[in-house]
Amino acid sequence: MSRVYVAGVGATRINEHWDKSLRDLMVEASLKAINDAGLSRRDIEAIFVGNMSSGYLQGQEHLGSLLATWLGIPGVAASKVEAACASGGAAVHNAFLAVRSGVYDCVLVVGVEKLTDAVTSDATSALIMAEDQEYIAFTGFSFVALNALVYRAYMKKYRARQEEIASFAVHDHKYAVNNPLAQYPRPISLEEVMRSPVVADPVRLLESAPLGDGSAALVLCSENKLKELRDRDVLVELAGSSISTEIFSVHDRTDLTTIGASVKASRKAYAMAGVEPKDVDVVEVHDAFTVLGVIHLEDLGFAEKGAGWRLLSEGQLEKDGDVPTNTMGGLKAQGHPVGATGVYQIYDVVAQLRGEAGKNQVDGAEVGLAQNVGGVGGTVTVHILRRVR
Amino acid sequence: MSYLRSVPRVWRERRVKYQLIGGRCKDCGRGFYPYRQICPACGSANVEQVKLPERGVVELFTVVRTPPAEFAQYAPYVVAIVRLEDGTLVPAQLTDVELDEVYEGMEVEAVFRKYREQGPSGIIEYGIKFRPAR
Amino acid sequence: MFNKTLTFNDNLFYQGSFYERDSKMPPLASVVGWGAYIPIYRIETAEISRIHTKGGEKAPVRQKSVPGFDEDSLTIAFEAAKNALRRGRVDPREVEALYIGSESPPYAVKPSATVIAEALGLSRRLYGIDMEFACKAGTTAMISVAGLVNSGIINYGLAVGTDTAQGRPGDELEYTAGAGAAAFLISKPGRDSAATIEHVVSYVTDTPDFWRREGEKFPMHTFRFTGEPAYFHHIETAARMLMEETGLKPSDFSHAVFHQPNVKFPQRVGASLGFRPEQLKLGLLCNEIGNTYAASSLIGLTNVLDHAKPGERILVVSFGSGAGSDAISLVVEDGIEERRGLAPPTLYYVNRFRVIDYATYLRCRGFIER
Repeated sequence: MSRVYVAGVGATRINEHWDKSLRDLMVEASLKAINDAGLSRRDIEAIFVGNMSSGYLQGQEHLGSLLATWLGIPGVAASKVEAACASGGAAVHNAFLAVRSGVYDCVLVVGVEKLTDAVTSDATSALIMAEDQEYIAFTGFSFVALNALVYRAYMKKYRARQEEIASFAVHDHKYAVNNPLAQYPRPISLEEVMRSPVVADPVRLLESAPLGDGSAALVLCSENKLKELRDRDVLVELAGSSISTEIFSVHDRTDLTTIGASVKASRKAYAMAGVEPKDVDVVEVHDAFTVLGVIHLEDLGFAEKGAGWRLLSEGQLEKDGDVPTNTMGGLKAQGHPVGATGVYQIYDVVAQLRGEAGKNQVDGAEVGLAQNVGGVGGTVTVHILRRVR
Repeated sequence: MSYLRSVPRVWRERRVKYQLIGGRCKDCGRGFYPYRQICPACGSANVEQVKLPERGVVELFTVVRTPPAEFAQYAPYVVAIVRLEDGTLVPAQLTDVELDEVYEGMEVEAVFRKYREQGPSGIIEYGIKFRPAR
Repeated sequence: MFNKTLTFNDNLFYQGSFYERDSKMPPLASVVGWGAYIPIYRIETAEISRIHTKGGEKAPVRQKSVPGFDEDSLTIAFEAAKNALRRGRVDPREVEALYIGSESPPYAVKPSATVIAEALGLSRRLYGIDMEFACKAGTTAMISVAGLVNSGIINYGLAVGTDTAQGRPGDELEYTAGAGAAAFLISKPGRDSAATIEHVVSYVTDTPDFWRREGEKFPMHTFRFTGEPAYFHHIETAARMLMEETGLKPSDFSHAVFHQPNVKFPQRVGASLGFRPEQLKLGLLCNEIGNTYAASSLIGLTNVLDHAKPGERILVVSFGSGAGSDAISLVVEDGIEERRGLAPPTLYYVNRFRVIDYATYLRCRGFIER
């Protein structure tokens, strides 16, 4: 069993990339990551591609083999990994296992999604495939609508006001300003958020992650490979990696205000990395909708149940707060190219741990956590990274 | 979108959808919809099919304003989780009601309605919606 | 032997049946359950004329029912049939016939009967079919099911009349083409039933007063020709045949229900047959719901059954364009009162409604596509 290190990272900007295809995006991110590692393409022994909707939106499956050829390295091990919006995190977990097991020394993991090839209503159809097609999508639920129920349940149970929760979007945008990869690098006010159109009551447009395209990639390597990497002061280890699932459908659960898979996955990851929530210096949560950001912070152990929204108003999520969170813009402002998001989150944590976060830098960040969620919590992946040098 | 054109899929699920057939776990007592062989709460395979009650209350609801493509012509509409008289939770659309008349706790009853069509030439998919109870 | 001739000219000459039928048949079958359903939406005829004639049109009814966008003649029939089953107090699996009369089925080919049978959980050993004879299809369904019961082929059968009638925008019929259904659970005669079907007559001629060609969206009608040679001739003939064969007179009936394409026609035909307005009162609902086509006279019948007392006699005469009339005579039995409360009364559906405007109406009827 080997320790697993992040040898290199790369990502495209998240945007409506009219001029770049799905394969263009994943090649771009991959080359950046390989270059960042100081390796050559021929060093890659296995590829894991995380993606949710390429079949439905592009009519394209078999992305692993496709990317191997387009990177000029056909012959390597490759496959696509899918877990709805947690496809990126799930792909990283697979890559982690590949290196940890000792079978592979150098693995490329790429998350990619291209939602803008479709019109909004088709993209909406694609996203609801994360949930029960036969009994939930059939009744006309959209993905937003399911999250709206969670929002209602949370506000009711914990007597939280929507304004408090919606501030999460304001927070994300503030930090996206200094992130060259972000889809929306401009600040917004709470008033703008609360005046934006209602998408599914009570969720407002500016509380929802946007549709966009992007690809992010990591090169993970074993101890054996370290000596071949580019010289760097900093070395980041992927110290914890876990996946958990939850009762699939929201209406089959007993409490909509918590996501059991987050609790389970984070406990596993903490144990693996040998850390506790208080040791974590920087956090990326999967805030596809503002209320989820709040719930995730609670489930991951950073706040008591029902008190997550207070962290916002107390400024604890700021880069100099107790729980610096989504310090590169999060899903709302950096973007949420569904299958790629999990890898973008790790890209952001690595930037922080390397001290390369610029104006968003959390001083002395040593341990970071990235949480990626599929569906309304049907799958959660948690990754913990640690600066070891 | 071939899954939307699939006739066998609709045919297979019709009885469960038309008659609201759920499952009741004989070990832990949980009721759930739709019927499946393994209880989602306790994992027991000791599950019996039950025809669920037709009355309940709105547990949670929202209004879909940006619908998936196959429902585009019907928006805006209300979707909800309904708690039936026996405690089983069921996802469904509400009908015969104005958007601003719906509230949590509203009593509702099951009705048999069209959910969607597989295009103008395709088959019609029917199911159970809920309307304000008499 | 019939000596009476009801003629204006040879085309309307009654051609008598082969048998000498001058006496009532033995009880044919009974109604053990009944039910109606009318969609919640209404549009006022004043609103329709606001759009098309700027208020110039005389209203043949006050308002008509409009199906919601998630309703069709199948879903409407389902609820009426369900109400009939509730009153019938029968396990659905014992019902072995489902005959549906409609001119607006959701499929031109594929019967609503199979879907409704599955949804209600009826027996799969089922005589199921959709039938068409314009607005007479519902009563013909009833007669057919009564025949299946009477011959011992089945014990219980459902007959339904249902329509979501198509009205061409701006056409006369748009003011009245409504939506609704009525259903009857039929079984063997018995004192504990709701009503005994004592005699039926059907009178049919080739009279093209109203039709819809294959592939056409809206029907054609012939304005004044649909009156005397069609509606009035067939209803009067069928009603008189029934009274001849049974020896009954209008005064023997407590209630008379006629097909109601508007308010005036049934009032006129009732008067010409010798019925008083009070006898028509319970069965005449079209002013509030419009012409529900195959359900028209049958919804009227359900309202009568919601109120009638044991021993009272009811005459129902439908009229279907093309053309024909079914006349049915029923006698209310002791079992009616205990069944009444088991399902919503027809007036509940008639009186609970929301008024919509013309644009919403167009959307509901699918004339505005998005």
